[in-house]
Amino acid sequence: MYQYDQYDQQMVDARVAEFRDQARRRLEGKLTEDQFKPLRLMNGLYLQLHAYMLRVAIPYGTLNSRQMIALGDIADKYDRGYGHFTTRQNLQYNWIKLEDAADILADLSKVEMHAIQTSGNCIRNISSDHFAGAAADELVDPRPYAELLRQWSSFHPEFTYLPRKFKICVIAAEKDRAAMRLHDIGIQIVEQDGEIGARFFVGGGMGRTPMIAPMVRDFVPLDQLITYAEACLRVYNRYGRRDNKYKARIKILVHELGAEEYTRQVEEEFAHLLDQGVEPPRAELERIKTYFADPAFEDGPKNVDRSDPDFAVWVDRNTHRHKHDSYVSAVISLKPVGGIPGDATGEQMRLMAKLAKQYSFDEIRIMHTQNVVLPHVKIADLHALWSELHAAGLGAPNMDTIEDMIACPGLDYCSLANARSIPLAQRISERFDASGKTAELGELKLKISGCINACGHHHAGHIGILGVDRKGVENYQLSLGGSEAEDVSLAKITGPGFTEDGVIEAVDTVTDVYLAQREGEERFLDTYRRIGMEPFKEALYG
Amino acid sequence: MANTDLGTSPDDVQFRFREDEMADHGAVTVDAVLEQSNASAVRIEPGDDARLLLPFLDRLALVEVNFPSFADGRGYSVARILREAGYEGELRAVGDVLIDQLSHMRRCGFDSFAPDKRLDEEDAKRAFATWDDVYQRSVDGRTTIPELRHE
Repeated sequence: MYQYDQYDQQMVDARVAEFRDQARRRLEGKLTEDQFKPLRLMNGLYLQLHAYMLRVAIPYGTLNSRQMIALGDIADKYDRGYGHFTTRQNLQYNWIKLEDAADILADLSKVEMHAIQTSGNCIRNISSDHFAGAAADELVDPRPYAELLRQWSSFHPEFTYLPRKFKICVIAAEKDRAAMRLHDIGIQIVEQDGEIGARFFVGGGMGRTPMIAPMVRDFVPLDQLITYAEACLRVYNRYGRRDNKYKARIKILVHELGAEEYTRQVEEEFAHLLDQGVEPPRAELERIKTYFADPAFEDGPKNVDRSDPDFAVWVDRNTHRHKHDSYVSAVISLKPVGGIPGDATGEQMRLMAKLAKQYSFDEIRIMHTQNVVLPHVKIADLHALWSELHAAGLGAPNMDTIEDMIACPGLDYCSLANARSIPLAQRISERFDASGKTAELGELKLKISGCINACGHHHAGHIGILGVDRKGVENYQLSLGGSEAEDVSLAKITGPGFTEDGVIEAVDTVTDVYLAQREGEERFLDTYRRIGMEPFKEALYG
Repeated sequence: MANTDLGTSPDDVQFRFREDEMADHGAVTVDAVLEQSNASAVRIEPGDDARLLLPFLDRLALVEVNFPSFADGRGYSVARILREAGYEGELRAVGDVLIDQLSHMRRCGFDSFAPDKRLDEEDAKRAFATWDDVYQRSVDGRTTIPELRHE
C-alpha cells in the first residue's frame, strides 16, 4: 500500500502545526467560533450532541496493522475505548476533548494518518472498492488513481470553500461495491480499445434530494484525469448554489442545468485547463502504482474443509473471490447480533491488526457497509483466522444479510438527527437472529438514517428506514427498492410511517411478502422489482 | 460618476507582494467596465463572471475581488481565471479576508490583501509560509511535489 515520502509527511506535519496555531488563536479570542468552525471542520472536528467528534481519514479505506493499532490506542487513550467505522470508510471517535485534538492529530501523523478534509465544504476523503487490489473481477487496482486524486485534492487552493461538501469515489470493476454513482463524482476506471481511462459520473448523492449521477464523459485518458476533475470542480465552485445550503450540492447544479449543459460547461473549462499544465507528470501515477504492486502470493490449497458447519456458513457469507485462486478476501463483520453497527473497541482493533499482519500481508480495508476486510487471506489459513475472530466475537456470518445493516449514529450522538437509529438496528438484528429468518432471506440490504440527511444511506437500501420527528415523537418511514450497487436505484416510500415497534413489525411483514412471492434465486430486491410496491403495501396497510 | 467610490484605498491594503506603484483611484463594477472604455480598476463581486473581463485585461491595473464572507469561495476561481488569462496587474482580495485563507489566496494569484479587519502581522506571516511545498499546479508558478519527485 501507499507510503508517505518526505513531502507527504511534511504536508501532514504542516497541517498539525497549523491546527495547533488555529486552536491557540481560538483560545486567545483572535478567532470567533464562527471563524474557527470551518477550520476545525477541515480537520475533522465536529461538535455533536454530547461532545466533540473527530473523524479520521482512511484514504480509499486502506490501512496497515500499525495504523489500525494506532487507531485502537487512540480510542483507549482519548476516547471511551472504542471507535466507529463510517460509511465513508473512515473512523469516528465520539467522545473527544477539544484540548486533546491537536495531540491526537500528532499521534496520527506518526503513522501517516490525519483527519484532513474529513468534513467541511471541501473535497472529502476519496472512497473506493473495499476489495480493490484483491477482487477477481476488477480491471485494475483503482487505488493508485484514488491516491493521485487524494494528493491533488489535499489543500487544493481553489476548492477549499466550495458551496458544499464534495465526495469522490473511484472503482475499477463492473460490480459497484462502493455506491459510486451516489457520489458527487463517481469515477469508473475502464478499458477502451486496449487503453485504460476514466469514466466520469457527476452529480449523484443521497441527502434530502437523492440523485443518481449521470455519466458526463465515457472516457478520460489517464494523462488528463486530474485536469478533467479540476474542470468538474471549477464549474461547480463558480456556479453551484450558495443561497441555500440544502440546494448547494453539485447534484442540484447538474439537475438544474441538465446533465448536457453541465457537461458542455465542463468540456469548455477542460479544454481551457489542458493548456494550463495542471496535470501531474505521468511518471507520478507510475510511481504511485509501484506501492500497490501485488504482494508475493503463493500457490496453496484452493478448497476449504467444510466439516465445521459454523465455519462453512461464515466462509459462504463472509469471503469474496480473490484474483489469486489460493486466496480469498475475508470480511470481519462489525455487526454482531444486538451490537452497534460499525463500532469496534480498541482491543478489537488491535486484534484485527494482529490478524492482518499474520494472515493478510499487513493489509486491512474498511467497507462502506461499516465492516472490515482482510483482503488477502490464504484459503489454507481461513479456519485459523475464523477461529480467532469467532473467539473474539468478530465472527458474525452475516455480510449483506438483513443483520448487516448500515445505521447512522442517529439521535444517540448526532445533533442533526430526528430519531434514534442504533437501538432500532440492534432490535432488528436481534429479532431476525432469534427467528432464524436471516439466512433464509439471503442478500437483503437494510439501511437506517435518523434524519433526512441520509447518512445511513436509506435511499439505497433494499429496505430503507428513515427516522423523522412527528409532533415530538420519533416516527419511522419505510422505503423499498433502493440499491447502491451497479443496479443503482432509489428506494420508494411505502406509505405512512410507523412507531419504533411498528417499523420493526413492518420490516418483518415485507420480508414475509418476499418469502411468499419469490421465484427461484431472486433476492428481495429482484422480487420487489418484479412485483412492484402494491403487494407490500397491501400487506402493510391493507 | 457613479460607482467610482467603490473599492479599497491604498491605506486599506495590509499586505502587498508587488513593487509597482499602487493604483490610487476607485474601482468600478464589472458592468461598468463593459460599458465604458477607460476604467483601469474594477471590483468583482461573487456572482460576477470574471471571464467577461478578459477582453479588457490590458488596461486594468487593479482587480479587486470581494469576499463578503470568507466561506464563499468563488473568488478563488476568479483569481485563477484572470491569472490563467495572463492578467499581470494587481489582484487584491478584499472583504472578509482572514488569516487562514491567505495561503490559498496567494496560491490562486492574489498579490495584495485588504482585509476588513486588520490581521495580526505575525500570524499572517506564518500563514503565508504555511506550505513549504504544494501538491497542485496553480498560477503561482511554484514547482509542485509531483514535479519535484520526478526532477
